Amino acid sequence: MELFTNQILAGISTGAIYACMALALVMIYQAIDHLNFAQGEMAMFSTFISWQLMQWGVPYWVAFVITLAFSFIAGIAIERILFKPLAKAPILTNVAGFIALYSIINSCAGLIWDFTIKQYPTPFGSSPFLGSQLISTHQAGMIGITLLMLLGLFYFFRYTRIGLAMRAAASVPESARLVGINTSWMIALGWGMAAAIGSVAGMMIAPVVFLEPNMMLGVLIYGFAAAVLGGLTSPFGAVIGGFLVGTFENLVGTYIPGVGNELKLPIALALIITVLVVKPAGLFGRPIVKRV
Amino acid sequence: MLLERLCTIVLAAVALAFASPPSFAQKKYDTGASNSEIKIGNIMPYSGPASAYGVIGKTEQAYFNKINAEGGINGRKIRFLSYDDAYSPPKAVEQARRLVESDEVLLLFNPLGTPSNTAIQKYLNGNKVPQLFVATGATKWNDPKDFPWTMGWQPSYQSEAHIYAKFLLKEKPDARIGVLYQNDDFGKDYLKGLRDALGPRSSMIAAEESYETSEPSIDGHIVKLKASGADVFISITTPKFAAQAIKKLAEIDWHPMHILSNVSASVGGVMGPAGFENSQGILSAAYAKDGADPQWDNDPGMKKFYAFLRQYYPDGNRLDGSVVYGYGAAQTMVQVLMQCGDDLTRANVMKQAASLKDFAPDTLLPGITINTSATDFAPIKQLQMMRFKGEKWQLFGDIISGAMSN
Amino acid sequence: MSAAEEIVAEGQAVEAVPKRAMTLGTGTSLVLLAVLLLVPLLVKNFIIFQMTMLLIYGIAVLALNILTGGSGQFSLGQSAFYAIGAYTSAILMEHFDVNYALTLPIAGILCFAVGFLFGQPALRLSGVYLALATFALATAMPQLLKLGFFEKWTGGVQGLVVTKPEAPEAVQSMLTWFQLKMSQDMWLYYFTLVVTVAIYISSVNLLRSRSGRAFMAIRDNEIAASAMGVDVALYKTLAFGVSAGITGVAGGLGAIAVQFVAPDSYTITLAIALFLGMVVGGVGWLPGSIVGSAFIIFVPNLAESISKGLSGAVFGVLLFLVIFLVPHGARQVAMVSQQLIAKLKQR
Repeated sequence: MELFTNQILAGISTGAIYACMALALVMIYQAIDHLNFAQGEMAMFSTFISWQLMQWGVPYWVAFVITLAFSFIAGIAIERILFKPLAKAPILTNVAGFIALYSIINSCAGLIWDFTIKQYPTPFGSSPFLGSQLISTHQAGMIGITLLMLLGLFYFFRYTRIGLAMRAAASVPESARLVGINTSWMIALGWGMAAAIGSVAGMMIAPVVFLEPNMMLGVLIYGFAAAVLGGLTSPFGAVIGGFLVGTFENLVGTYIPGVGNELKLPIALALIITVLVVKPAGLFGRPIVKRV
Repeated sequence: MLLERLCTIVLAAVALAFASPPSFAQKKYDTGASNSEIKIGNIMPYSGPASAYGVIGKTEQAYFNKINAEGGINGRKIRFLSYDDAYSPPKAVEQARRLVESDEVLLLFNPLGTPSNTAIQKYLNGNKVPQLFVATGATKWNDPKDFPWTMGWQPSYQSEAHIYAKFLLKEKPDARIGVLYQNDDFGKDYLKGLRDALGPRSSMIAAEESYETSEPSIDGHIVKLKASGADVFISITTPKFAAQAIKKLAEIDWHPMHILSNVSASVGGVMGPAGFENSQGILSAAYAKDGADPQWDNDPGMKKFYAFLRQYYPDGNRLDGSVVYGYGAAQTMVQVLMQCGDDLTRANVMKQAASLKDFAPDTLLPGITINTSATDFAPIKQLQMMRFKGEKWQLFGDIISGAMSN
Repeated sequence: MSAAEEIVAEGQAVEAVPKRAMTLGTGTSLVLLAVLLLVPLLVKNFIIFQMTMLLIYGIAVLALNILTGGSGQFSLGQSAFYAIGAYTSAILMEHFDVNYALTLPIAGILCFAVGFLFGQPALRLSGVYLALATFALATAMPQLLKLGFFEKWTGGVQGLVVTKPEAPEAVQSMLTWFQLKMSQDMWLYYFTLVVTVAIYISSVNLLRSRSGRAFMAIRDNEIAASAMGVDVALYKTLAFGVSAGITGVAGGLGAIAVQFVAPDSYTITLAIALFLGMVVGGVGWLPGSIVGSAFIIFVPNLAESISKGLSGAVFGVLLFLVIFLVPHGARQVAMVSQQLIAKLKQR
């Protein structure tokens, strides 16, 4: 029983990592109706920037804010320069663009900062949380920040005009343009916000997994799975999805005999696919109605 | 009469000319070697999941640049051709064929990765091209009978595991061992070595947890191992995961005897990021000096290494074990080529590689030397155990030979 | 907002390729075939090996073209079928001494079955969700191959070494008559070429047939197709099956050409590369498969020769260049040149 609780707790703390990433992915999906493969790399690059700032003596929270601003602007810049020209191109071509972006960012990070792992500080400290040895204060802090971002996004999409405009631009662009929404800039804004959220995810994840150019690959896969499980239209779903994936994967590894340990990821993914077959829009996603 | 005399003299002179041996040795070359240069091929993962090891290739390139600047080997310059295989065996095959058939190199030096090397082994042996000092610790490279053109360099994973097993049997015979291992050839080879060396006592292994490199964090595995009641934790991990394990162990307040694979026993690459305070007491074994360890600052060999970095590879990170590795391997290659003299045939290269006697590159621990023979294709067999104390490793015990024959 | 509505008439995920533009003109095809037949006689073995790989990846990209370009189903999981085909060939050749040529149809049929089965749950998924499902399959495959349970056959993490076939006796004796000798590489190349041409012709016929029209109807507008009486479920799974089968044959050939199979050879990187090959070649344009294949084999080498440290970045930049200049891939280049030639003819 104790092992069970321990694994659940461990799963929740790992799940917080996935939830963080999933939020960024949902954000980009809300903006452009697609998943950006390079999201993880952008987050990693932002995290490196913040690390570099701290190496130069900038205190943590100052570096945090600077990185956030930098990521936001960089996200917009990348969209305007690289993806706006592809707006009329087929979707698959855009996906190829994401892959190209991934390759470029990963390679540059490797050249600038090399591949040795770097320690990344946490503002929350690493002592056991509330005396529990299974969740450190950092991981509790990470969960807290994720929930904060979630609330922020919820408020943004539900109660602000820009949020509404963005949702409209993504799902019904024709109609949105008719009411005067500049859909092109909404997309850019979406990219900027996704990049910013991604950078927070990166800065929260790095203390746990250690900073290096390939740190986001695994996280991206799980974040992807979590976002889809939770429903790509629902930030709330993304977070829940993240926790579910983390916990579930740990339980599979612990309790399924023999292959459970070696097939953690495939089984977790298989189960997500099963969920999707039953609920194609994810657990909390809104069902999509197609009109012919 | 005079004519006869003249004829005799001419005949005698001609006979003498043919009878006496030439005053200098014959120069013999295979493809890739000439009077002015020696072409060496290499395959490294410069991109992809294992790109962290690409620095080995860069270090070796820098080292060969140094050798060339100092006059080359017996007057010949080294041309080092290193290609990227992105850790993908089909790509490694393509690059190996390119090096042999298109670039016409003399030999392949230090190709990296067990899958890549396995993929090209048959081809290289079939074409009688030396596959020297492969950059992997898999035990199977020491097999001169079946693969006379392939030779390893670093101590094999199994031999290192043997050393740990023997240590445990002696120091902690009633241990309950929990093993965390990477689910690939590296992890599995170690595990096999461990099991084999424990022999009938292999039941000491209470729990085995494998992980994939695609997992972002191995925390769940650590929790499970702690729950198994193990009091010895053997970490067969690459640097990132080794650091994660050290950190998690501290966080959940679990303090077993912690044995760490040599691959990750880097002060700058693992212990530093994981936190020195968390790494106290960790055991490992080494065959080379650590560039982050101040105890070697005045060591003559390491001083040469640091000077080399300053002059030829300023971007090189001395804290990175891969850089130290590349230097040592390149030095060994140069030694072999020097020993070849003017006979730069592939067969002679292998012969010289199999005739290294007590050769000590600058970066190996004092007392550890390279020895090879026609039946022994494992250049480095010795390791010394060490314990992490303060901010550096403290060697203890004797230099142990983990010699294994295939 | 309640349920999000998608007005499908706005634009589909995969655009249609007009039927007459689906293949190359007869003249161009013959020239290409001639080139493919004659070049190996003039170049070194290494180049022949590269050309063999070119054809093999071309087959795999073609399979993906049928699936995505033909039936509109997005797949990032082709590497899984490629792996199954490769391992099937390797295991049959090394453990059961089956003739290499025979392993190919077996691999093809096995992969067809797997693809067909995978297509079933995939029926309910589309777009991003299908992408995730196929992505999951691709990431799972290396781990399945490493599974200790199968180690006896698969060789586990160490993989299997495969013996390269020689040209058959009949061909050898015929050639000695002309005092020619055929290297293993050359024989394998011509063997692969025959398989490639056969697959290409069958695929073109498939897409022009009734089934092909059903695929394309589903791609263009699934709901309308269903309303018109097309058995969507059958054709979608069929598309998956056919695509997987062809990829399996490519995998088998790949195993024979490289002479080695290992889990590390068949990661998600391969699936992504095949996807890129499809996009660069032109989605749905079968002849483009070879252009796409050339891209994924040679451009990384090119990137590496430009800059070793930044080879990934250079590759990304080159990829961007290609998709900026020709967003529709090689097909666009072909169409533009066709138009140019037509204009020149008019003069």
